Amino acid sequence: MPGWLPRFVRPRVLKEQGIVGMNARNARYIAAWNARRFYPRVDNKLQTKQLALDAGLSVPELYGVVRTHRQIREIRRELRQHEQGFVIKPAHGAAGDGILVIDGWRGDRPRRAGSRTLELSELDDHISNILSGMYSLGGHPDVAMIEQRVRFSSVFDAVAHQGVPDIRTVVYRGYPVMAMIRLPTHESDGKANLHQGAVGTGIDLASGRTTGGVHHNQPCRNHPDSEHSLVGLQIPGWEALMELAAGCFELSQLGYLGVDVVIDAERGPLILELNARPGLAIQIANGEGLDHRIRTVDAHLEAGTTEAATERARWSGTTFARPAASGDPAAATRTQFGLS
Amino acid sequence: MKRFHLPILIVLLSTIGLGVFAYKVLALNMPLAPGAAAETWLVEARVRYQPSGGATNVQLRIPERLPNFALLDEGFVSRGYGLNTLGAGDDRIAQWTTRQPRGEQVLYYRATLYRMGDDGSEAEYPGPVSVPEWTEPHRSAAEALIEDVRARSSDIQTFASVLVNDLAEAPRASNAAVFVADNGDPRARAETLIDLLATARIPARIVTTLPLRDGRRDISPEVWLEVHNTRRWVPIHPLSGKIEYPQDVVVWAHGTDPVLEVSNGREAEIRFAVSRSVQDALATAERFGETVNARILDFSTLALPLGTQNTYRVLLMVPLGAMIIVFLRNVIGIQTFGTFMPVLIALSFRETQLLAGIILFTLIVALGLGVRFYLEHLRLLLVPRLAAVVSVVIMLMLGISILSHHLGFERALALSLFPMVILAMTIERMSVVWEEHGPSDAITQGIGSLVVAAAAYGLMANRQLEHLLFVFPELLLVLLAMTLLLGRYTGYRLTELFRFGRIQDAMRRDS
Repeated sequence: MPGWLPRFVRPRVLKEQGIVGMNARNARYIAAWNARRFYPRVDNKLQTKQLALDAGLSVPELYGVVRTHRQIREIRRELRQHEQGFVIKPAHGAAGDGILVIDGWRGDRPRRAGSRTLELSELDDHISNILSGMYSLGGHPDVAMIEQRVRFSSVFDAVAHQGVPDIRTVVYRGYPVMAMIRLPTHESDGKANLHQGAVGTGIDLASGRTTGGVHHNQPCRNHPDSEHSLVGLQIPGWEALMELAAGCFELSQLGYLGVDVVIDAERGPLILELNARPGLAIQIANGEGLDHRIRTVDAHLEAGTTEAATERARWSGTTFARPAASGDPAAATRTQFGLS
Repeated sequence: MKRFHLPILIVLLSTIGLGVFAYKVLALNMPLAPGAAAETWLVEARVRYQPSGGATNVQLRIPERLPNFALLDEGFVSRGYGLNTLGAGDDRIAQWTTRQPRGEQVLYYRATLYRMGDDGSEAEYPGPVSVPEWTEPHRSAAEALIEDVRARSSDIQTFASVLVNDLAEAPRASNAAVFVADNGDPRARAETLIDLLATARIPARIVTTLPLRDGRRDISPEVWLEVHNTRRWVPIHPLSGKIEYPQDVVVWAHGTDPVLEVSNGREAEIRFAVSRSVQDALATAERFGETVNARILDFSTLALPLGTQNTYRVLLMVPLGAMIIVFLRNVIGIQTFGTFMPVLIALSFRETQLLAGIILFTLIVALGLGVRFYLEHLRLLLVPRLAAVVSVVIMLMLGISILSHHLGFERALALSLFPMVILAMTIERMSVVWEEHGPSDAITQGIGSLVVAAAAYGLMANRQLEHLLFVFPELLLVLLAMTLLLGRYTGYRLTELFRFGRIQDAMRRDS
């Protein structure tokens, strides 16, 4: 059957697969575990960064903050120093809106990643739009952050077209339960949005290897641009990434949390941002529902155990190991109940 | 307790809402459909007499409480007379008095009656009556007849009807035949029956009734018999033995006293005229509510000034629209721009009608988007840009109105009620989505908004629903309960069944 045709599935089948719907996510995870008062910790990326730094978690370096229109002129002079480029983003942006990546300079003009050279005035306009709240929820005046441009580990060169391959981990009550890597394609114009044609690939939590991707809701084993295989790709610094993700629970206090991480060639995994309302596309990328894993965590916590981030990351790694990727027969029986 | 909190609240809200609703429908006869008509009867009693000199006193028996009917309104037409109404047992007496009437006198009494179901209301048992003094040969005939009828009946009511039938079909030389010397005059027959029933110590009385025949001006009153069966008065026709009044018979007066008495007058006569009229059921229910003194109608929306009423006719539909949005978003899973923007668009569709509304909306948003993309080049700040878009939207609306007026499409003139600020925000949101997520997302959400608005309009423009919510605003409690219930829905959305349906191939790759 062609992929674009609408195809109906009975709710019972989805339930057996443990697929979580939007309503269930909102009621059972977000409303139950994410207290409103902790939202600013993740919605304000500046605050997230400060909290992460205080907790000793790695984040991209902050070059500067623009709070008023007057500061735009001042910051312009400093920007020229960053030969390796930089990123301008709104502190309250949602869904990656308003992020401008500059990967270097051509003479006195900034070069936009994978795109043309910009005028300096265009940078000013972008910052000014951010300040006036164009990208923030509800249009409130915002603050622009200028931070280090992450230089992605070369592992992704063959599978990431121009954009930012980021790794989304869903952390439930401190335990990483599922992870995926979103790979931009030519079609998605460098954006890591699955809906726009980016490839999503599930990751085995035990080994940090990719398990094969989904492109336009169809399973795919090769990247649509480079034909490079998407299976078995090893993400560098996986253990550190898992610990980083698990550690975000303490700093955000949110029980249902999306942690977006990028892998820097030199510094390893860095927290890009946190999300209090992580979406459900991760289930599509992994070809597996969240529900069974979340119930496993609930059952584990029933005993009243309190573990540190490192132990939680390790527990998740062994519990949610993929049979095909890790080759561990014990793990296979543990996870297979949710799949067939 | 916490688990049951919401269910209890939902049950409570729906019970109150449906309870008040049921009371208004069943007890107050408030109409369920808009423009429903209720049948009312106008009964006119016309009294005419020739004064014979001196002060006159006209006494007319008029009903006090009518079984099966409600007295909505009454009026007296009597120039130069003093008027008094007095209670007289189960009836009232209208007493007209004047000192020196000249020439033929005509007085009117008019009553508007409204039929309201069957009245089987109980009445206090007056106790067994005393046996009348019969003279022979009636005495033994009466005793034998009573004995015979008693053997063939089971209770007071059947006793009475058997007795009436015996008298109606009395063969010659039977015990019953002794009492049928009245040649079928109902009043005389009824009086005989009362005496016979009294011999069996059963209380009975005469009532004067009027058959309601539309357009007739010479209705003659009929006599009926009412027998008390220890719980209530049971009507029996004295000649036919029929039990209970037919639909179109109204009880006018009780007892043997004449309906009309005139002192110092000659040739007194009374004529009854009846005409049927159909009135707005809502107004009838209101007037009926006043007669039974229903406090609940004091708090009715119908008591508001007309202008306010019309506002609330629209406003009371908004919760319904909001609930539709909840349903379409959380159960069906349609994406829209802004949560309640579609409700406002639907409200403006009320003025423009659906098709014209959709075309205008699409036109304005499309043109607005074009302008918005042009403004992007001018690099304006957010709020000034929004203000510019609002100005452009209003100019577009004006342009469309003028153009369509010249072309003769008057419908497009109703455009002024389009919520232009909402439109400007929609254009802004749509352009951001367009830029950040591509045109397909923007157009999908735009169409989603229109579909939801059209669905909300379909319900909000429904006259039946509007009538229900306006006349029975307590139904809002039921709507609230349903919204609360929807708020707890954590199942899949319909669109998710398709969204995850498409990845079933991917789901199966591991198995």
